[in-house]
Amino acid sequence: MRIDNEMRLEFLSKSQNESFARSVVAAFIAQLDPTIDELADVKTAVSEAVTNAIIHGYECQSGHISIVSKIMGRTVEIEIFDQGKGIENIDLARQPLYTSKPELERSGMGFTVMETFMDHVEVVSQPGMGTTIRLTKTFKSM
Amino acid sequence: MNVGFDFINNKLIIRIDGDIDHHTCDEIRSKIDNEIMRRNPKDIIFDMKNVNFMDSSGIGVIIGRYKLVMAKSGVAAMINVKPQIQRVYDICGLKKIIPIYENEIQAVKNI
Repeated sequence: MRIDNEMRLEFLSKSQNESFARSVVAAFIAQLDPTIDELADVKTAVSEAVTNAIIHGYECQSGHISIVSKIMGRTVEIEIFDQGKGIENIDLARQPLYTSKPELERSGMGFTVMETFMDHVEVVSQPGMGTTIRLTKTFKSM
Repeated sequence: MNVGFDFINNKLIIRIDGDIDHHTCDEIRSKIDNEIMRRNPKDIIFDMKNVNFMDSSGIGVIIGRYKLVMAKSGVAAMINVKPQIQRVYDICGLKKIIPIYENEIQAVKNI
């Protein structure tokens, strides 16, 4: 599909950048005039993916997180990359209520939220190499 | 991150002001837990009027506080919940354990 617009963002894996990242993506996709609900869905999914990169990918150590977002017609694709520890078992990580860090009072609902709010969630990960989350959503509003 | 409190009929009203995400949840958690320790309420009510965004990190905080009061036979409720927060609440199945009331009067009356 033809790419109508694209942006790239890179930032340190600091938790204060979670709101920065979701706000930047929301500002970028606002050009498609999504509804408030559609915009909130994307912001929430991005927040979950970036939080996962910080807590699980880098285990709260310093690293870089990149976001590439593309607009293709009424579809947005958002890729969130980290070069952290990677995910051993992707199917298990995607299970509702599963958390590898129960001591942190995590809900284990991050992937479920992403899957519910976006049309597609693709996870590419290799232990020791990092993780890429690809989120896609087509806006129905015109 | 500002968290305000009121104490009515042995219920602690927790007024959170700002986004609830992984970055803010540690501070929110410790402020609420300090107040629960100090006041020892039976029930807690989360007033979400000034919360415009919450992700699943917030669900962890809410369930954690629910468990604290549940251990002493108390209950937790939420009021003034905006649509984005309601969506996260629905997906995470909070409906079964933490009811939402339209406002403070309703919540104080019903729990």
